[in-house]
Amino acid sequence: MKLTLRIWRQKNATAKGNFETYQMDNVSPRMAFLEMLDALNKKLVEEDKDPVAFDHDCREGICGSCGMFINGHPHGPVPAITTCHLSMRFFKDGDTIWIEPWRAKPFPVIKDLIVDRKAFDTIMIAGGFISVNAGAAPEANSILVPKTKSDMAFDTAICIGCGACVAACKNASAMLFVSAKISQYALLPQGRVEAKERVRKMVEKMDEAGFGNCSNTGACEAECPKEIKLVDIARLRREFIKAF
Amino acid sequence: MGKLVSKIPDGPLRNKWTNYKSSVKLVSPANKKKLEIIVIGTGLSGAGASSSLGELGYNVKTFCYQDSPRRAHSVAAQGGINAAKNYQNDGDSTFRLFYDMIKGGDFRAREANVYRAAEVSNQVIDHYTALGVPFARDYGGTLDTRSFGGVQVSRTFYSKGQTGQQCLLGVYSSLNRQIKKGNVTMYPRREMLDLVLIDGKARGIIARNLVTGEIERHSAHAVVLATGGYGTIYFLSTLAVNSNASAVWKAHKKGAFFANPSFIQIHPTSVPQLNEFQAKLTLMSESLRNDGRIWVPKLKGDKRPGNEIPEEERDYYLERRYPAFGNLVPRDVASRAAKERCDAGYGIGDTGLAVNLDFRDAIKKQGKKAIEEKYGNLFNMYKTITGIDSYIEPMQIYPAGHYTMGGLWVDYELMTTIPGLYAIGEANFSDHGANRLGASSLMQCSGDGYFILPVTIGNYLSEEIKVPKITTDKPEFEETEKIVVERLNKFLSIKGRQNAASFHKRLGKIMWDYCGMVRNEEGLKKALGLVRELRDEFWKDLNVPGDSNMVNQELEKAGRVADYFELSELLITDALNRKESCGAHFREEYQTPDGEALRNDEEFAYVAAWEYGGEGKPHILNKEDLKFEEVELKVRSYK
Repeated sequence: MKLTLRIWRQKNATAKGNFETYQMDNVSPRMAFLEMLDALNKKLVEEDKDPVAFDHDCREGICGSCGMFINGHPHGPVPAITTCHLSMRFFKDGDTIWIEPWRAKPFPVIKDLIVDRKAFDTIMIAGGFISVNAGAAPEANSILVPKTKSDMAFDTAICIGCGACVAACKNASAMLFVSAKISQYALLPQGRVEAKERVRKMVEKMDEAGFGNCSNTGACEAECPKEIKLVDIARLRREFIKAF
Repeated sequence: MGKLVSKIPDGPLRNKWTNYKSSVKLVSPANKKKLEIIVIGTGLSGAGASSSLGELGYNVKTFCYQDSPRRAHSVAAQGGINAAKNYQNDGDSTFRLFYDMIKGGDFRAREANVYRAAEVSNQVIDHYTALGVPFARDYGGTLDTRSFGGVQVSRTFYSKGQTGQQCLLGVYSSLNRQIKKGNVTMYPRREMLDLVLIDGKARGIIARNLVTGEIERHSAHAVVLATGGYGTIYFLSTLAVNSNASAVWKAHKKGAFFANPSFIQIHPTSVPQLNEFQAKLTLMSESLRNDGRIWVPKLKGDKRPGNEIPEEERDYYLERRYPAFGNLVPRDVASRAAKERCDAGYGIGDTGLAVNLDFRDAIKKQGKKAIEEKYGNLFNMYKTITGIDSYIEPMQIYPAGHYTMGGLWVDYELMTTIPGLYAIGEANFSDHGANRLGASSLMQCSGDGYFILPVTIGNYLSEEIKVPKITTDKPEFEETEKIVVERLNKFLSIKGRQNAASFHKRLGKIMWDYCGMVRNEEGLKKALGLVRELRDEFWKDLNVPGDSNMVNQELEKAGRVADYFELSELLITDALNRKESCGAHFREEYQTPDGEALRNDEEFAYVAAWEYGGEGKPHILNKEDLKFEEVELKVRSYK
């Protein structure tokens, strides 16, 4: 395949960015999207040009490092996958592909497609934990959890913290991200003890970081690579109201 | 030989850890506040250790190269985590878990460490459960388990096919709690580029801020390396693309012995390579072998789709060769068997380098829903990557570099041969011998981090309480920083043509071909020459655009690849030295008539701990003889 890439290039946080155009020949449909960018970078280095910077690590859709806006969608046009799992078989010869970083005030651009997602860690540090020291835990089977509850908790616990929900939202809301963690702990007896404190602290930090509010458009749910659901946001709201 | 003191406590195996804990020196709460500890890495062992040490009251500084500690590669572990809970009433015990690991490791691990890992496994499960890790449960609300390769009990706790992620998010949460309390300071997007020694003791690191490029000095009373394994030495592996050996390699060159470097596990079930630019191989959890049957066509070069080949024309070669364990033989055995079939011309797919992993019979027997429940996310992942629906067609799989049993040599206290430098988790060598059993990596990493290191480090730090805060203006910091900066400048000044990844790919190919699943003397010697040739080319023709005062991913990569060239030589040297086959290390010259590994306990029942000999000089071999007091050395048979 021959492709035209229009990639956002930005030297650093303060520089003004712009789209640059790159031509790619010989792209195999069996390549992963990031492998296509690897090939571009190989070429750029051979021409002694600055390669495109992007975050990536596990390349199997679980670490949450990668994430870019591809043709107007976080993680590209295919639902329920991360950028690293996006295959080039979903594109066709002659396509132009637009590649941008996450755009949200709480996620400033560091370079090119790399953004700073520290704000997510800050929210987690505020309350995304159950307070138990190593050595203090009771015997595992002394805590019984109904299988349905446990499975529901798992379905929210699989959030990878990539930030696609924020990038997809017109308000740059982090509600889906926060609600996933709140829901996991709200559904488990272990998490109930600190539930009120947790939701207050996490929401407070979320607001402080400058994330917007939720207006129920559902863009986050539609773009989440792990299919976290809007119902979790509803649960977050309930937990929040109960916390005062 | 006299240099290795393993510090194994006296007494019977089952009392060693209890006795050790009762007699180990302690640091008072007031003194803990004055002591600083650096931890590199935030996987299960690193983040676990950081949070445990924080809970104890130490001042911890934790580093990772990722943008957040939540991304460490433990996140990608799939199948599960072992513990000797015996919830299934199937005869499991601490001793049986210990024995399975010793046997699975082909009798090349240290008894006392392995027993301790088995001993703390139950505490690990209790802790994760209390932290809210959503392990699979039965309808009565109790925890569920499943079985894994190399064992005959069901002791593996799991969260679908993403147990590593759930455990990692558990340790991340406990780490966050300590960050909030001010006991841990987190330094993300930092790469350790060297270790600083003062009077022979580990006292700090030189790190590069990967955003600003700034070179930073950080000091502490002790340094803990939790930097994982070096499986990316093959370029293509199941590891994260940025995983690297640089921290342990720098420590090695400063005096930490490197043990059994050639013991690298090749995982039998990964998605085969699809294109020449492929950056990694994705693992399909070993748990799939519980229900999936592995086979190749009986007819050479049979190109029909798997589901069109009738039963009588299929060769279920694992079930045929190993009737007792069948598809659940240990990883090394399964990997070599796949290679054997493919090399003999029975491989499938475009390249002939793949075998079938088939769920047809399991779906027939248990129903699609039951299979979906257990492996749904893995089937989805497989479909995402390959476009193939494994509910209908068999998966195609092939072995891939996965886990390094080798690592920095550590004593019973997990301290390396450098006083004050510790190595935990995959970064050390101690628990898995020549082959690791499935689901015991999460178990060991968690045990090391949460429960073992926080106790043993006290024995060292109790002698350090009078040492005031170490300042970074000392000449040792200055000198080390100078060397680090010079090296970065060297990479930038070569101004050749090729990027670092191109060299890495070629190096990986050499290592995979000659020092992978099967090795022989001739090939290893050839590889040594090829690696050196390529290394010379690297230092002449590398190109790193830009400078060091910015985000420069090419510069990061160049350093890691440069270190891999050096480690590759040691790996080959170790593989040449070990004139036997054991576990994942298979030397063609040493095999039984039916192609099984032929161990040589007379001459090689030792840990090869390699000492850095200096620039351009050969490594020095130190041996730790392995003494087996509780188990009898046996031929490992899964037939």
